[in-house]
Amino acid sequence: MRYLPHSEAERAEMLGVIGVPNIDALFSAVPALALKSFDLGLPAHSPEFLVEAHMRALAGQNHAGSDGPFFVGAGAYRHHVPATVDHLIQRSEWLTAYTPYQPEISQGTLQMLFEFQTQVAKLTGMDVANASLYDGSTGTAEAVLMARRLTKRNKIVLSGGLHPHYRDVVRAYLKDDADLVCLSASPEGQGDILDHIDDQTAAIVVQTPDFYGHLRNIKTAADAAHAKGALLIVVITEVVSLGLLEAPGALGADIVVAEGQSIGNALNFGGPYLGLLATRKEFIRQMPGRICGETVDAEGQRGFVLTLSTREQHIRREKATSNICTNSGLCALAFSIHMALLGEAGFTRLARLNHANACKLADALEAVPGVEVLNKTFFNEMTIRTPQPAAALIERLAKRGILGGVPVSRLEPKDHSVGNLIVLAATELTTDEDIAALTSALAEELA
Amino acid sequence: MTTKFTPDHEYIRVEGATGIVGITPYAQDALGDIVFVELPSVGKVLKKGDEAAVVESVKAASEIYAPVSGTVTEVNDALTGNPGLINSDPENEGWIYKIAIADAGEIDSLLDDAAYAELTQ
Amino acid sequence: MSMNNQGRPTGTGTSGFASTSGSALLPNEPLLFEIGDTEHSGVDLPDATITNTRLGGFERKTALDLAGLTEPEAMRHYVRLSRLNHSIDSGMYPLGSCTMKHNPRLNEKMARLPGFADIHPLQPASTVQGALKLMNELSHWLMTLTNTSAVALTPKAGAHGELLGMMAIKAAQDAAGQGHRRTVLVPESAHGTNPATAAFLGYSVKSIPARSDGTVDVQAVKDALSPDVAAIMLTNPNTCGLFEPQVIEIAKAVHAAGAFFYCDGANFNAIMGVVRPGDLGIDAMHINLHKTFSTPHGGGGPGAGPVVLSAALAPFAPVPFVRKGANGLELVEHEEDQALGRITAFQGQMGMYVRALTYMLSHGGDGLAQAAQDAVLNANYIKARLGQVFSVPFPDYPTMHEALFDDSFLAGTGVTTLDFAKALIDEGFHPMTMYFPLVVHGAMLIEPTESESKQTLDRFCDVMEELALDAKAGNAARFTAAPMKAPRRRLDETRAARSPIIKWERPAETLKAAE
Repeated sequence: MRYLPHSEAERAEMLGVIGVPNIDALFSAVPALALKSFDLGLPAHSPEFLVEAHMRALAGQNHAGSDGPFFVGAGAYRHHVPATVDHLIQRSEWLTAYTPYQPEISQGTLQMLFEFQTQVAKLTGMDVANASLYDGSTGTAEAVLMARRLTKRNKIVLSGGLHPHYRDVVRAYLKDDADLVCLSASPEGQGDILDHIDDQTAAIVVQTPDFYGHLRNIKTAADAAHAKGALLIVVITEVVSLGLLEAPGALGADIVVAEGQSIGNALNFGGPYLGLLATRKEFIRQMPGRICGETVDAEGQRGFVLTLSTREQHIRREKATSNICTNSGLCALAFSIHMALLGEAGFTRLARLNHANACKLADALEAVPGVEVLNKTFFNEMTIRTPQPAAALIERLAKRGILGGVPVSRLEPKDHSVGNLIVLAATELTTDEDIAALTSALAEELA
Repeated sequence: MTTKFTPDHEYIRVEGATGIVGITPYAQDALGDIVFVELPSVGKVLKKGDEAAVVESVKAASEIYAPVSGTVTEVNDALTGNPGLINSDPENEGWIYKIAIADAGEIDSLLDDAAYAELTQ
Repeated sequence: MSMNNQGRPTGTGTSGFASTSGSALLPNEPLLFEIGDTEHSGVDLPDATITNTRLGGFERKTALDLAGLTEPEAMRHYVRLSRLNHSIDSGMYPLGSCTMKHNPRLNEKMARLPGFADIHPLQPASTVQGALKLMNELSHWLMTLTNTSAVALTPKAGAHGELLGMMAIKAAQDAAGQGHRRTVLVPESAHGTNPATAAFLGYSVKSIPARSDGTVDVQAVKDALSPDVAAIMLTNPNTCGLFEPQVIEIAKAVHAAGAFFYCDGANFNAIMGVVRPGDLGIDAMHINLHKTFSTPHGGGGPGAGPVVLSAALAPFAPVPFVRKGANGLELVEHEEDQALGRITAFQGQMGMYVRALTYMLSHGGDGLAQAAQDAVLNANYIKARLGQVFSVPFPDYPTMHEALFDDSFLAGTGVTTLDFAKALIDEGFHPMTMYFPLVVHGAMLIEPTESESKQTLDRFCDVMEELALDAKAGNAARFTAAPMKAPRRRLDETRAARSPIIKWERPAETLKAAE
């Protein structure tokens, strides 16, 4: 077996040093009836080329984004990742390092995390950010819990524009909780969240651009929340939008949670992704997840360490701010490298390109008979109403080789009012030909 | 003025109806450099044994329990900017909070100097 | 000894100048924000013209101030930074309870096939049949290796898996009218995530003491069981590296009391293919794909923590999951009366599923068992070789995949466990896990994994012995000053925690000059 270094002779020699006759003697604590009392019936070890053939066969049964026109978004976005990013993250010293518990020999990871935290803080306009969470959805649940700790209040109000999966994750985390108010879906961008804030409210959660693509008024939400002593949690599933849209921190957000996948990370069928969490400086000790901080070494040289670890599970145990242990280090690295390659100039251009392509898409969709674009505002994503049930329509487009977006009914199966709605995204990878292929196929299907 | 101790290494210095609470030199030494103190809010009503504050070192977080029942009347805000005061001067500048003692009888049940010294032998 | 400004010892040169021996390849690397600026970019993108924006007046007015680098500059920045890291590819990484094994590169290659990397979680199921088959295959392997009835793939990491497993237990008990059970038993040797998870779900945690031989006290478990107990969270093999010899008896007692057995599977590497946890009576167990099945740790994630479930808990798995439908495989994303719901957006860590399945197929059932046996062999070899010099707190049982020592051999030397670990850095090894498990004073937990050759193990043991003898000989300075050869000397963690600096700020003089 190519991954195992010992020869049989070495194994025998080592058993001799240990002083046991065979390997089974080392498993003597295992109850006899549980030790190798079975035939697994699993295939035997296999050469690299056969494993590769098997995996390629599976991969070949999937329609990849590059196989045709692609408009799927709704929380995960198909962007270009520079070759440099993927090369660098596969370097041994990044890929195969553990959590930086020994800072003297982990300065690479630690300095990168410090840079990452700075990038996230700047991007969101917040004072501070952590070293990443699993993804945007679990990050939203963590932010909700953090708001409860900060305000010592319980009521949480989720906007109807919040990604339905995110809402469901918060529901699961707050199981049996009467203080969670989930407003019904608002595909038209309508919002009544301000009416639900009272002096028992810990936080309101508002996504912008929201699940349906609409841009929400963060300033108004922040003012309304703050007037009642509540916090505003802003959720962003498409971070590229921050290249064109005002930073939530500048508009009064208290906690910003984002899905960072769009920068540096492939679609990967849903994971691994990257949760970003940023907040105000005074809330730092209630922030979940790992944090990297600057310090000096014994000779006064600048260096970095994991800090404020007393918030974490390995010290606080049942009093920890969160049970999170592993985060998304390598995805954070990919994000940070891609963001460094972009810089302000590149990031702004990337955002403009996304918006420009989305504008073209919206205009083209408007021109398809029977299709109505619901958005007056959007960044790179929008919702359309079609005269036919959306799920079947998307299936028919897929048969034509076009991935035409996400039928809202897939995420909101119980809400019959959304049955004919489709959420579509355009990115820098969307071409005029893609848009033409989609609109002509739609026109034919709806004719 | 008497100073009494708990087996959990809090001290309470009794000045009339008020007690000044902190952690003992022994405790600060065991914890190492204190990096953060979570203070109680003034007006908080505590029962004997309630968690009143948290002191954190780099590697450990320790709850500070109320040695007696009462109401928090004052907290040492200086610790917010300089938690190291607990290390450098735990019994004076490093005090944590003051409590209006509800039941003076509870004082008697605490350890005196000699008993605490024996405990930390 | 004089020191250069790199924090490494100077050479023996007689010129009076500090030698920079070695540092030429390890220069200090400035921060991204100190070398980049807002004009530079390493990405060529056309400047789009938009005649009719739909931004509704929400345009950005504040500056982003994000530093950019051209591609060659970025390449150097991240390559140089990477060289400041220890990694499993560059040396032994014997961190107990972390399973730092070799990460095969075939896994990486497969995860990057467009058919896996470039597919969207919300594409129609008809366009991702291969991905759903892969999830099914991985599930089959995990259930077979554990002899369990179901698996929930979605948890993002071990702690997330724990949370899901305990949520499933809670849901099952609520459904059975047993929602009043509010206590979870956790042995004191447990990993910190266990009590954190139980407390997160509102359970009160009752600690179970360890016996003097390092295993869980069965009688203490039986005594602690009551109609109020929801579950026990037990790590097996445990954090002392021992297989719990009475685990079946514990499971039976727990079940007889109407409670569930959550097994922390962090140490599954010791027994994969050799012992099936389902045969021991577990109800739920998370499996860290990033430990046992070689997906890379990546400097702290991403992980993946699928949870296998017994028949009793199988109905309480979260959505989504894969099911056979009329038109091939389908993804069940909503279910009526689903107790648990969803614990993450989308399908979990697909990228990790691909890597883990690639690893499993490479090893096969036989290779996985051999890997577990080699991991156990290596740990026992270290224990045998070092047992004369280092103190073994629990000598009664053979160890499993990790060797536990305590620091009593350092008594009176003036050298702490931490000092000892830092001296190991100077010898080219990553330190072992220290001060964990908490049940052993000055614990040193060494997990070599199956990836280390006998030659490497011998060299590691030689260095450990030499260090121990040097400490006992009174050469404390070598330890208290360590590390001396790493990119940094010991870092001031107190300073970092007292006044946290967690992002870069433009220096004040630059700000002034700009005004």
